[in-house]
Amino acid sequence: MSAVTAPAEAVRAGRGGILLSWGRRNAWTLGLLAFLVVMLAFTKMIQPRYGPIPVQGLATSVLPLALAAVAQAVVVIGGGIDLSIGSMMALTSVVAATAMEGQSAEFGVAVVLGVLLLGLVLGAVNGTLVVVTRVPDIVVTLAMAFVWAGFALLVRPAPGGLAVQWLKDLVVGPIGNEWIPRAAVALIVIVGVTWIPLVRSRLGLSIYAIGSNRLAAFRSGVPVGRTRFFDYVLTGLFSALAGLSLTASTGIGTPVPGPYTLMSVAAVVLGGVSLAGGRGGVFGPIVAVVVLQLVRTDMTFLNVNTNLAVVAQGVILIGVVMVGSLIQMRRARS
Amino acid sequence: MTTISTDMLLEATGVSKTYGAVVALKSASLAVRPGEVHALMGANGAGKSTLVKILTGAVRPDGGTIAVRGRERTVHSPAEARHGGLVSVYQEPALIPDLDVRANLRLTETPVEPFRHWLAELGLADLDLSSQVRRMPLASLRIVDLARALAIEPDVLMLDEMTAALPANLTERVLEVVGRRRGGDRSVIFISHRMIEIAAVCDRATVLREGETVGVVDVTEGSEERIVELMLGEIAREMPAAAGGRATGGPGAPGAVPRLATRGLTSGVKLHDVSFDLYPGEVLGVVALEGQGQDELFDVLAGSERPSAGEILVDGRPVSLRHPADAIRAGLVYVAADRAEALLMQRSVRENIALPFTARIRNWGPIDLGKERTTVDEAVARLQIDARAGGEVRRLSGGNQQKVTIARWVAGGVHTMLCFDPTRGIDIRTKAQIYVLLRDLAEAGAAVLLYTSELKEVQLVCDRAIVIFGGRVVAEVAAADADESSLLRAAYNLRSDAVLPEDAAAETVAVEPAASGQPAAGAGGRQPDPTDAPREGDR
Repeated sequence: MSAVTAPAEAVRAGRGGILLSWGRRNAWTLGLLAFLVVMLAFTKMIQPRYGPIPVQGLATSVLPLALAAVAQAVVVIGGGIDLSIGSMMALTSVVAATAMEGQSAEFGVAVVLGVLLLGLVLGAVNGTLVVVTRVPDIVVTLAMAFVWAGFALLVRPAPGGLAVQWLKDLVVGPIGNEWIPRAAVALIVIVGVTWIPLVRSRLGLSIYAIGSNRLAAFRSGVPVGRTRFFDYVLTGLFSALAGLSLTASTGIGTPVPGPYTLMSVAAVVLGGVSLAGGRGGVFGPIVAVVVLQLVRTDMTFLNVNTNLAVVAQGVILIGVVMVGSLIQMRRARS
Repeated sequence: MTTISTDMLLEATGVSKTYGAVVALKSASLAVRPGEVHALMGANGAGKSTLVKILTGAVRPDGGTIAVRGRERTVHSPAEARHGGLVSVYQEPALIPDLDVRANLRLTETPVEPFRHWLAELGLADLDLSSQVRRMPLASLRIVDLARALAIEPDVLMLDEMTAALPANLTERVLEVVGRRRGGDRSVIFISHRMIEIAAVCDRATVLREGETVGVVDVTEGSEERIVELMLGEIAREMPAAAGGRATGGPGAPGAVPRLATRGLTSGVKLHDVSFDLYPGEVLGVVALEGQGQDELFDVLAGSERPSAGEILVDGRPVSLRHPADAIRAGLVYVAADRAEALLMQRSVRENIALPFTARIRNWGPIDLGKERTTVDEAVARLQIDARAGGEVRRLSGGNQQKVTIARWVAGGVHTMLCFDPTRGIDIRTKAQIYVLLRDLAEAGAAVLLYTSELKEVQLVCDRAIVIFGGRVVAEVAAADADESSLLRAAYNLRSDAVLPEDAAAETVAVEPAASGQPAAGAGGRQPDPTDAPREGDR
């Protein structure tokens, strides 16, 4: 029966092509990774003393933005956008730093769990508003960005508070080998236990589905509203993780949102996630964050005005995305 | 109506649905027995697709009841319908483009082995499940969609124009699989515009017209005519004589310079070597089944696409249209079927009408509002636009919106008007008004090129018509001979001497349902001609 032989054939055909098709599907991330390697080599060239310590520093400073990029990627893949990520990070960060100040390590664990729960709640509020009110997500999350930022200032009008020591130890310094920054391990663990099971779950599939073609998803029986809601909840959770990492890496809580919201959008675009939804993953954006950060570092080494570094980040964003779409257009034509 | 017994598998009664001012379904009823393949027939816009969407929970009805196996139920979502055994394969495949086939199966919780089985039955056994949907051809997607629906063994399977876009060999497999489901416990609702398929696999047919069920017919030898009769209804008679009478004008005097002419116009693979002349004072009809290249022709003439070869002559002089603005400057103005393409929906009637007019006056200074107002008022009066809700065009009815798209060109004076199915989805009264207007424009010396999916319009409005098939002009018909059945025969390129390439035959698939009934009826009346059959791409 051909029905029986067909899968066997597919498997045989797949074995050889599996690596190729995997490569093709992740071409953007791989290309970006190659770009990062080139940049690291360049960095080593212009600054021969660039070694384990700066790499650790890079990882620590990149972690909050990397998690913010993951948060943004999760919602953008589902066809939405969240402009309140930076504010949610600020709020969770000050709540964590304020609650932990002068407390025991054990209490710190409770605070971390509480803050993660807070992130879920913030995301749930965003998600409910987006789904129930049918106000465009960009408007809802922009408005909520002000609300959450306001709350952050109510909790603590000025930077302060103190992170418990173990939390700081999670992201600062190396682990095992001096070349392995703890922050990188933390990031891999976080993404490993959240993202990878997610994409294999029905929820993950549904998120890609609603981002790719909402009507087809609806007709395939995907509960569109519920999926969008959970998408925002997940973004809230990752924002809380980003806020916690901010507190961990700086040791304090800062109530004023950093540039994280727009940087996360930039990283998502640079990381190969389609702003129209449905395409991309979180690894691309994470690599993109490191690239963007490394540009600044290199500019410093080259003694270029640091403000120019910001300009360079913008130029790279446009340049890379432009080259990327040119390649895609070429491929589509051939 | 046949008797409706209680042992129906699916029974829908008095289902209605309106979208704003548009009545999609007035009162549709449908009763499907277990084990039958039931055809759902109706002209373009009769409400077939809406009814299917309601049955599968994609759209909520405003009224009416739906009962499955005698029990009344409300279906809220496609997921719910699926669990209740009602599954539909839509005209656009409900597959997620960015996922691979396997992930799409997982999304609908479809078991893989039965899916494989049906895929093999449908002739796609060697499909790679890890291929991304975005990269697959439409025909394969439709087969995948069908196999996915079959894999969960639905009680009622609804196929909306399933065989459209399928090559002949796949169509055959689909019909075979559908036909084999007769006599069992489960049923199929089959929507198709191809009479041959209906005759081949269906037991009964429910006919919809303008959102109402107008009859249920047992599909037997010779029932096609009855079906067509029901589908067409009395529209022909309802068409008011007010349409300004028959076209009386004709091609300009011999030797006259055509207002618009094309020579060997070619665009990509869809349009080949199209040449025609359009004279001032003439309405030239373009007749084609869906997807025969008429879209490309109008795109090229309107300047939105560049031809790959050929020439466009306006008043005898070759023009190069690189942009719609070039076309407008050359006097070629375009009226699209889709009003949303042409109008600024959130703006007022006034602004919409004035837009091309003010844009044409090449003047960056302030707009002369007084002059604008008079011009706009004239246009509104001339087209009898009901502008009570004129603050935002989107609040107007479809017919009035279409009048606005025409008015915006009329306001500036018309040389040549390109109308692409301007009366699609418009009520009969407005249709008549638009016909009168087109005739008036022609009488005043304008040239009008009119593509219409309603063949009845050709005789009412046009002086002559060209027929396009497979991207080529295959016939020219004078208005006097342009009755529906001869136009349809021409549109299907049904001439015993014409031999079609296989792929062109497969393209006849996307015919407008309105058009579909007739050829088979014609063929049926004249006794099925064996040379006609294979040309329809199936059997």
